[in-house]
Amino acid sequence: MTERSMQDLLQRRLIGRSEIEDVVIVPLFAVITALFLGTLVMLATNVDLATIARSFLALLRGSVGSLNAISETLTAAAPLILAGLGLALGFRAGLFNIGAEGQVLMGGMAAVIVGFSFADLPAALLLPLSLLAGALTGALYASIAGWLRAATGAHEVISTIMLNLISYRLLDYLLRQPFIQKEGRSDPISKSVPEAAELPRLLAFIDPNLRVHAGIFLVLAAVAIVYWILFRSKLGFEFRASGENAEAARFAGMRSGIIIVVAMATAGAFAGLAGANQVLGVLGRATPGFSAGIGFDAIAVALLGRSHPVGVLLAGLLFGALEAGGRQMQVDAGVSIDLIGIIQALIIVFIAAPLMVRALFPWGFRTTIKPKGGKL
Amino acid sequence: MQVDLRGITKRFGQVIANEGVGLTIRPGEVLGLLGENGAGKSTLMNVLCGLYQPDAGEILLDGVPVTFSGPGDAISAGIGMVHQHFMLVPVFSVTENVILGVEPSGRLDHLDLKTARAKVAEINQAYGLKVDPNALIETLPVGVQQRVEIIKVLFRSADVLILDEPTAVLTPQEVDDFFRIVDALRDAGKALVFITHKLNEILEISDRIAVIRDGRIVGEGDPKKLTRPELAEMMVGHPVSFDLEKGAFAPGRALLDVSDLTVLREDDTVSVDHVNLTVRAGEVVGIAGVQGNGQSALIEALTGVRRPASGTIMLDGQDITQASVRARHKLGMAHIPEDRQHNALIANFSVAENMVLDTYYDTRFSSGLHINWPDVHTAAARFATDFDVRTPSVYAAAGHLSGGNQQKLVVARELSRETTVIIAGQPTRGLDVVSTGYIHSRLIAARDSGDGVLIVSSELDEILALSDRIFVMFKGRFVAEFNSDAGLPDKSAIGLAMAGVAQ
Repeated sequence: MTERSMQDLLQRRLIGRSEIEDVVIVPLFAVITALFLGTLVMLATNVDLATIARSFLALLRGSVGSLNAISETLTAAAPLILAGLGLALGFRAGLFNIGAEGQVLMGGMAAVIVGFSFADLPAALLLPLSLLAGALTGALYASIAGWLRAATGAHEVISTIMLNLISYRLLDYLLRQPFIQKEGRSDPISKSVPEAAELPRLLAFIDPNLRVHAGIFLVLAAVAIVYWILFRSKLGFEFRASGENAEAARFAGMRSGIIIVVAMATAGAFAGLAGANQVLGVLGRATPGFSAGIGFDAIAVALLGRSHPVGVLLAGLLFGALEAGGRQMQVDAGVSIDLIGIIQALIIVFIAAPLMVRALFPWGFRTTIKPKGGKL
Repeated sequence: MQVDLRGITKRFGQVIANEGVGLTIRPGEVLGLLGENGAGKSTLMNVLCGLYQPDAGEILLDGVPVTFSGPGDAISAGIGMVHQHFMLVPVFSVTENVILGVEPSGRLDHLDLKTARAKVAEINQAYGLKVDPNALIETLPVGVQQRVEIIKVLFRSADVLILDEPTAVLTPQEVDDFFRIVDALRDAGKALVFITHKLNEILEISDRIAVIRDGRIVGEGDPKKLTRPELAEMMVGHPVSFDLEKGAFAPGRALLDVSDLTVLREDDTVSVDHVNLTVRAGEVVGIAGVQGNGQSALIEALTGVRRPASGTIMLDGQDITQASVRARHKLGMAHIPEDRQHNALIANFSVAENMVLDTYYDTRFSSGLHINWPDVHTAAARFATDFDVRTPSVYAAAGHLSGGNQQKLVVARELSRETTVIIAGQPTRGLDVVSTGYIHSRLIAARDSGDGVLIVSSELDEILALSDRIFVMFKGRFVAEFNSDAGLPDKSAIGLAMAGVAQ
């Protein structure tokens, strides 16, 4: 064959219209529709128009309106993105991991324990060690579900839900152990991590109240790493192949059992890192339920981000902004922060139903051309 | 009822699927509509049964122009289509499926199954269909399910039956049964359209043949006067060679040596029953048999996808009975799986990704943990040109390729590494003449270069064309062996062995 036709085959097509529709337009319209329906919910609960206008302004101001607002948005987004990246990786491998919440808790707990146990170490050693402990513990905890799936066929949705429940109780139990519980306290609360284990605040020199911390570098590194794993590494190729067509992957000689365990472990590592990020960057210690639903919100982030690392980054930022803005909304307009929960849930509903979004906004999409009569 | 299509044109955007097609369908006659995949056969028939509205042209029923605004109009006018992919509810009975959508009902919406059952039995009787009206669909073999589809159409009083690639899913025996039913329908005065790309079948069953290419009718003719090469040339637009260039038969050492192999099904019943088999260098061994007699399990055990219960498998002198799939690949085993959609390809992956699906770990394509995608893309482009895979680019999703090109992609992947033994299951199922010929020639080329080739196919013609030795598999055993060095084996003897009749 000629050199010319080889060149033609290697010609990379520009990103197609349908991909843009899928990745950009559908999520965009989903967010708009959700905000609109959120307005209707407020109207239905007798909130007057002026208050509604005020609350949306507060939402904007609280998320991007000031340096503090941006700092809060980034702080809230960081753990969502980290855990969301892990979940996205699992989704790509065909594993519907509901267990990020438990992995966040276990990872955070481990990071705290390592943090105060080796308090004498210098920061340059202690911080990485604590983060690593969080990631490894998250990985181990998630791989239980992976192993159960690979060895017995137990579905990961069920087993990760169960592991979440176990993690809540395990955390309560651990927090009452003498070597973990804060001295002189009778309620379940851990010792605080030393400053050497904390993720340093980045803007403390401007205002000590700005909470944004070094975890955002962790996030950026994690986005790059997950991108590399998924699209550049052999491991990611195996993940994606198993996720798309497990049978074809098996016929091609990939070992599904090992892939499932490794994919779950990798996903758990990022969730564990999210937990470590919270305790070392924001909370400074562990308390019952310190994850505050990060692991569940991260599912929404991973779905909204179409299980793509960059998408997860953007979706995480959006959810972080909604959370930070929601708090401002409650303060300024007296509208309950639960409304933010409703809007987030609606976004997911619309993301999950792209056909509905297409029907609502027909002008945003190219009309589909029916395929030729022949079949594949 | 006579149907005349006049000047039918149908476009989808820029693509012209049919252009100025004129066709006459007469009662008591089987019209064979021949064309390659994507030639416009299905579009034309979808126009006739009301699924698509033509952009130009008209449809005349007994000389009266009609317009169909939907499938419902066509059905009530007496035009029925039997689709290639059945549309049946598996947990419903035959009768329930037949009446779906036209349920006879009495007072208070009472479902009158009794009348329906009687009518189904009547249709059964009239055309010799032999279908139990009370059987559940999921318990019926594919051939019988197809007859349920025919009953569905007849129940709606169709006079014109369109049969879309009806034999694609049938075994040779079922095809024979099916042709008897077609005969009965023709004798009853129905007008039939038989859509296919299989030359032998169209010559056997049609009274008249129309060939469609690039959306136009390029020829009509009498099956008694036309030959296979003439039809093939009309269909693809250039002469097609049916002769396989085959080197002299000079088998070498045993490459694949299977002894006493037993494979169980999931439920522990025996699927492959103490089979012995040797494939030597430079020969093609064909395994004929009706599907479901253990061929799939045999292939899966040989390629390592399924663990055998007992027996040994030697590949070029090494015991690979317990070896992993990848270990076998590394020893030179190539596997073209039977089910291309489910086992061989990942539809959402690009052509390049599919091209390295079982070689990505090789040093040619990766270093350390990293896959060198530029190398993969270059290699994929080369394989695609070498094996004539027609794709817009190596970045295109494999699912967007035609069936023939998908299969060529699989063949390219498997044959572009170092091979010693090639195991191919149904290598040309559902493919057009040209792709089939191409894949056959590549398999023969591999044989001539000293590989051992094992082919499993339910298409007897394919087995006969390729094989140096033929085994017939029935109920998990090899019940007959034929050698082609003493001339071509007798087709009917193989057919009998396939049906389990002792020699």
